[in-house]
Amino acid sequence: MGTIEATGLAKYYKEVKALDGLDLTVPQGTILSLLGPNGAGKTTAVSILTTLIMPDKGHAMVAGADLVKSPKEVRKRIGLSGQYAAVDENLTGFENLDMIGRLYHLGREKARVRSRELLDRFELDEAGDRPVKTYSGGMRRRLDLAGAIVAEPQVLFLDEPTTGLDPHGRVEMWSVIRELVTKGTTVLLTTQYLEEADRLADDIVVIDHGREIAHGTADQLKATIGGERIEITVAYSAALPETQSILSGFADGDLQVDDHTRTVVAPVIGGAPVFTRALRAIDEAGIEVSDVGLRRPTLDDVFLSLTGRAAEEDTTTDTEGART
Amino acid sequence: MNELLSAISDGHVVAKRNVIKIKRVPEVLVFVLISPIMFVLLFAYVFGGSIDIPGGSYREFLIGGIFAQTVIFGATFTGAGIADDMQKGIIDRFRSLPMSRSAMLVGRTASDVIYNVLSLIIMALTGLIVGWRIHNGLLKMLLGFVLLLTFAYAFSWIMAYVGLLVPSVEVINNASFMVIFPLTFIANTFVPAENLPGVLRTFAEWNPVSSVTQAARELFGNLPPGTPEPTAWPLQNPVLYTVIWIIVIIAIFAPLSVHRYAKPK
Ligand SMILES: Nc1ncnc2c1ncn2[C@@H]1O[C@H](COP(=O)(O)OP(=O)(O)O)[C@@H](O)[C@H]1O
Ligand SMILES: [Mg+2]
Repeated sequence: MGTIEATGLAKYYKEVKALDGLDLTVPQGTILSLLGPNGAGKTTAVSILTTLIMPDKGHAMVAGADLVKSPKEVRKRIGLSGQYAAVDENLTGFENLDMIGRLYHLGREKARVRSRELLDRFELDEAGDRPVKTYSGGMRRRLDLAGAIVAEPQVLFLDEPTTGLDPHGRVEMWSVIRELVTKGTTVLLTTQYLEEADRLADDIVVIDHGREIAHGTADQLKATIGGERIEITVAYSAALPETQSILSGFADGDLQVDDHTRTVVAPVIGGAPVFTRALRAIDEAGIEVSDVGLRRPTLDDVFLSLTGRAAEEDTTTDTEGART
Repeated sequence: MNELLSAISDGHVVAKRNVIKIKRVPEVLVFVLISPIMFVLLFAYVFGGSIDIPGGSYREFLIGGIFAQTVIFGATFTGAGIADDMQKGIIDRFRSLPMSRSAMLVGRTASDVIYNVLSLIIMALTGLIVGWRIHNGLLKMLLGFVLLLTFAYAFSWIMAYVGLLVPSVEVINNASFMVIFPLTFIANTFVPAENLPGVLRTFAEWNPVSSVTQAARELFGNLPPGTPEPTAWPLQNPVLYTVIWIIVIIAIFAPLSVHRYAKPK
């Protein structure tokens, strides 16, 4: 069965608790997203589950094989696309995939056919016979992902697969990952973006300092921190009551009004279409606005609400702590 | 598939990758081929006149030493290549695959022999042009080249281990210079070991770089009658002494490197 079942995973580097007792369960054919800021322990978790490093504590079954007792069995059944694309610059896209296929022991012919198939599927067929040196960041990422699925693994590990990609590349990557899961692959994906976890994951584990600090579906997590909201700053304080009454027609929950900054915040469900209608209503009422926005909760918001401090600040203190 | 067979077949896949790289990055190849030419010419013409070799010509004497020094430098490519792959995450990708745990190293050390084969050919041709000759026939000549290549191959297992230890390519390049210059200069490569003073002489006599050099000179027939007989055992039995070193180095560093590569950190 292509599942991940991990209990109490821990990894310590001197005083740094890279991972400190993490449990993970990923059912067959689902995506679990490990969400956390830099230094939270995401790569450490992926490295342990892909047999690259040994946990100091805990154990795990990956695709039905015991991580510590039969690492080679695990390797046969998984695919890994690491945080930085590990493709060989001097080889062509085809040569990279073909080599990986051979090293998964697919056999000469099957490796070749499969490589061409994947180049097609990831829209790299035209670039397939060019050295990877000439590829863009997005193309390298896609090639790296293709390498991870050459042998049609039961379980796939993706460590920050869209970090460093432009918005277009990110959307492309998302659709590729979603397609894989419809075919039954189990995926563990790490990310720093709540939006990404939201788009892809069936289940989200938020970690910080190597520990789980929240767990649930995207909707559940958002419910704890509040979802999207419209923020409107009006030009004159006099317009605040009318703005408030118009927005309450679109809001899902209580509005906040700040007289000092002349801002009204309204939680909404339904995103851009609702936002557009609300703006039109404001405009029709002849209210002059100085700033408008549809705010989505970010990882920072999740962190702020879960730990009472911002994710960014936290990483800084953490690295400083690690150096001393 | 048993471990040995899969080490060979996976190693072959890895070697193929490295060979493609040799073709695609010709800058390295140019360096590999130009520097031995430069060395031959430099020593033959700059020092050739000032260093006196009793009984023979300095150019004949010199070539064996340059051969030895160059193939040892060639072996350092193994370490640099591995350090580079580590930095770029390619080693971790290999380590996550169900391939043989020794294949990366077997493939790498084998494909790096190509650099040395090419530079030996270039050096031999340059040598012939400046007056170096082979006097002992084809078979002994081949034996001489094989011994040089095998010694360098063993050395590349040491470099492989170093490559797995160091954090970056720059470190390994600097480190190799620091080790290889003394190793190849405190030897009989450019002057007879007997000419060196005291401790340096003893070091040179037991230095395997000297024995492989001496072996090459013997096999190529570059030690004409009248050349002083060496007094130290390693230089009296250079082929045997070199073969012992080759076996010992591989027996220690191959398992050490494979263990280092395969062990989850
Ligand atoms: N080899 C290592 N030696 C020392 N500290 C490490 C090592 N690897 C990771 N760490 C530390 O462990 C923590 C978690 O790192 P990592 O798993 O890479 O986080 P993430 O992938 O979430 O950014 C960080 O504080 C990092 O500095
Ligand atoms: Mg990471």
